[in-house]
Amino acid sequence: MFYVATGAVLAALMLAVIRAIRGPTVFDRVLASNTIGTLAILLLASYGFLTDRPEFLDIGLTYGLLNLIGTFAVLKFFRHGDLAHDIAEDQEKSRWK
Amino acid sequence: MILAAAERAQTAEQAAGAAATVPKDPAMAAVTANAETFVMMILLTLLAAITLAIIRQRNMFGVVILASIYSFLMASVMLALDAVDVAMTEASVGAGISTVVLLTTLYLTGSVEYPRPRSVAIPLFVSLVVGAALVWGTIGLPDFGIADAPIHKHVAPTYIEYSKKHEMPPNMVTAVLADFRGFDTLGETTVVFTAGIGVLLLLQGGWRTSGNSRRDDEDNELDIDGGEA
Repeated sequence: MFYVATGAVLAALMLAVIRAIRGPTVFDRVLASNTIGTLAILLLASYGFLTDRPEFLDIGLTYGLLNLIGTFAVLKFFRHGDLAHDIAEDQEKSRWK
Repeated sequence: MILAAAERAQTAEQAAGAAATVPKDPAMAAVTANAETFVMMILLTLLAAITLAIIRQRNMFGVVILASIYSFLMASVMLALDAVDVAMTEASVGAGISTVVLLTTLYLTGSVEYPRPRSVAIPLFVSLVVGAALVWGTIGLPDFGIADAPIHKHVAPTYIEYSKKHEMPPNMVTAVLADFRGFDTLGETTVVFTAGIGVLLLLQGGWRTSGNSRRDDEDNELDIDGGEA
């Protein structure tokens, strides 16, 4: 059963990588990157059970957090063109205009 | 960026070559030709594909995202090779911190790479020669994963015996890093800490002189599909 699960995750990984390489817009790539992060967690889990050593399951939590931070950073950069952008500052400025 | 990508391509190729080496002993072949080999082959193929995409990509924003994908795939490879600590480092540094740092760099540089002005013949030649030398170097290595390689016979048995005898951490890697090589780890931490302080001081100095005016004056819209850099 874990063989099938691992194979399916690998197939999905291939499809996501193809989308990341071909993706015409940046959003395709961001989405593919996020999907690949999720699939890496799934691969970690299924591969751990496949080799009878599921001790490393906790690492998936770290991957999940990193995936979130990476995607947020990319999207924030895309929206504002700057990672240190402060929305509250914007609102303050627009109030005085 | 291109050079780094080419380097990565070589590393991936080299790793693929090492993984695909067929052991001479038929019993070893039965052991290695299992699910692990299959997973490794697919992951390394995907790594090579991503590397080629990074080389061909002209949009730096896309390159950053592809590099983050590369790091996640590489972390999976490390995990399949049982190097969980290295996988953890690769995921946090490669996919987490590097993405943020590279994006911060894009804010200062602009996100489109100009077509390369010079010919690619000499860099291609150099990278091919270096890659061939590296592959040639792997020929002398012992077979992949065998237990009586020289590296497993030098100090490793002493570490294993000693950590069993003295009730050290149950994970042998942790015991080696934190107990046997404690001073080494302390030195590494000192170096990284010093480097961090140095970078912080440099950045602070830059901001005091020109950074603030730059941030307010220039309009900093992201350029996705060409145009001004």
